[in-house]
Amino acid sequence: MAKSDVKVLGAWPSPFVMRPRIALNLKSVEYEFLEETVGSKSQLLLQSNPVYKKIPVLIHHGKPVCESLVIVQYIDEAWASGTPLLPSDPYDRAMARFWAAYIDDKWFPSLSAIAKAQGEEGKEAAIAQVAEGLALLDDAFAKCSKGKPFFGGDKIGYLDIALGCFLGWLKVTEKMTNLKLLDEMIAPNLVGWSERFCSHSAVKGLMPETHKLMEFAKMLQAKFKAPPS
Amino acid sequence: MEEVKLHGAWPSPFSYRIIWALQLKGIPYEYVEEDLSNKSSLLLQYNPVHRKIPVFLHGGKPVCESMVILEYIEEVWPNNPLLPNDPNERAVARFWAKFADDKGLSMWKMFRTEGNEQEKARTECQEMLRQLEEHWPAGKKFFGGGSIGMVDIALGGVAHWLPVIEEIVGVNILDPLAFPKLLKWIYNFKEEPIIKQNLPDQNEMFLFLKKQREILFLSP
Repeated sequence: MAKSDVKVLGAWPSPFVMRPRIALNLKSVEYEFLEETVGSKSQLLLQSNPVYKKIPVLIHHGKPVCESLVIVQYIDEAWASGTPLLPSDPYDRAMARFWAAYIDDKWFPSLSAIAKAQGEEGKEAAIAQVAEGLALLDDAFAKCSKGKPFFGGDKIGYLDIALGCFLGWLKVTEKMTNLKLLDEMIAPNLVGWSERFCSHSAVKGLMPETHKLMEFAKMLQAKFKAPPS
Repeated sequence: MEEVKLHGAWPSPFSYRIIWALQLKGIPYEYVEEDLSNKSSLLLQYNPVHRKIPVFLHGGKPVCESMVILEYIEEVWPNNPLLPNDPNERAVARFWAKFADDKGLSMWKMFRTEGNEQEKARTECQEMLRQLEEHWPAGKKFFGGGSIGMVDIALGGVAHWLPVIEEIVGVNILDPLAFPKLLKWIYNFKEEPIIKQNLPDQNEMFLFLKKQREILFLSP
C-alpha cells in the first residue's frame, strides 16, 4: 500500500493524535503525517472533520475517520491481519472500552482541571481527583493485564494506547505542581507499566520530550492569560 | 445460554438503549428496576466507578456504560446487526453514535438548569440537531439504513425524551421546518414496532420529570 494512501492529520503536542499513530506503528502501516499549525486549521482538516474541526483525523483511500478511539478501532479492523489492538474475548473488549471511556470522560478532564483550578484548596481538590483516578486505573491494570506487562497482555493494546498517550502531559503536570502523581504509593502497577509503554518501539519516537511540552504548555498559558486585544 | 440481566430505570433513555438492542436481537433477559433515589447495594457493587444504570449482566459478569454494553451485545449476539460490516462504515456509525451520546447530554443540562446556563444548553442542543440534519445520510429510513442501528439507538433520547423536556422547560427546538429529516426519522423510529412497544408512557414521563425539576429548584 502506498504511503500516501494513509494520512494522519495532527500536531505533535496532542495526546489524542498519538493514539492513531501508535496504532499504525503497531500494525506496521506506513503513513504520511500532516502537521497542523497550532492556532490555525488547514482546509483539509476543515473538510475532513466538518463536525468538530479537530485533530486527529485519519484519511484512508481518501475517506476520513474522526475521533481518536474510533480511529484506533478502525485501524484494528481495516488492518485485521496485523497484531490485534483489542482483546479477542468480548468481555475483555468491554472492559477495555469501559476504561478507555472512563479515561476520556473522567480522568483526562480531571488532569486538565489542575491547571485551571483556582486557589490552593481548588488545586488540592483537583490533584486528589487525579490521584483517585490513577488508583482506580491501577486496579484496572491488575485485572486487565492478568500478570502480563501491558493492559493488553503481552502486547500493547487499545487501553494501553488510551491511557499511555497522556503520560507526557502527566509528567508536565507533575513538574508544574511539584508533585509525584504516578507514584508507588498511589499506583504501583502503573509506574512500571508507564516505563515499559514509553520505551516501546511503537511509542518511543512519538512521545514528546517533557521539556518541549512544558515550553508548549507555558506558551498556551500565556496566550490564555493575555489581555484581549 | 448464560443468564442475561439488565438493571435499569424506567425514565432513563440510557436504560432503553439496552432494552431496544436486546429486543431487536430477540435476546431473552430479566429486567431489574432500580429506584434511582435509593440505589440497590447490588447496583453499587456492579458499578462502583459510576454508580449508574444501565448495568448489563451476562453470566453474572457486569458490563457498564450504555455504549460499551451495546458493543458487547453486538459482539456476543451478531444476529440482526446494529453496525455495518465495512470498516469505514462502522467508523462513521461509531462517530455518530458517540456524537449522539456526547451531545445528547445537552438536553438534560437544559432540563436541570435555568437562566444563562439553560440558554447555553439550549444552544448546544440546537447545534446538535443542526449537525445531525446537515449530515443525515441521504435517502435512508434510519441512520443504520433499512433497519435500526447503533446510531438510531443512541439517538432515541432525542426522539422520545426531548419532546417531553421541551414541554417542561417551555422551549421549542424540534422545529419541522428547521429539521425535516430529523423529524421524519423521529416518526419512523417511534413507529417501528419493537421501539413502539418499548417506550415509557410520555404522560407518565412528563409528570415524573416535571416533579424532578420542581424538586431541583426547591432545594435551598
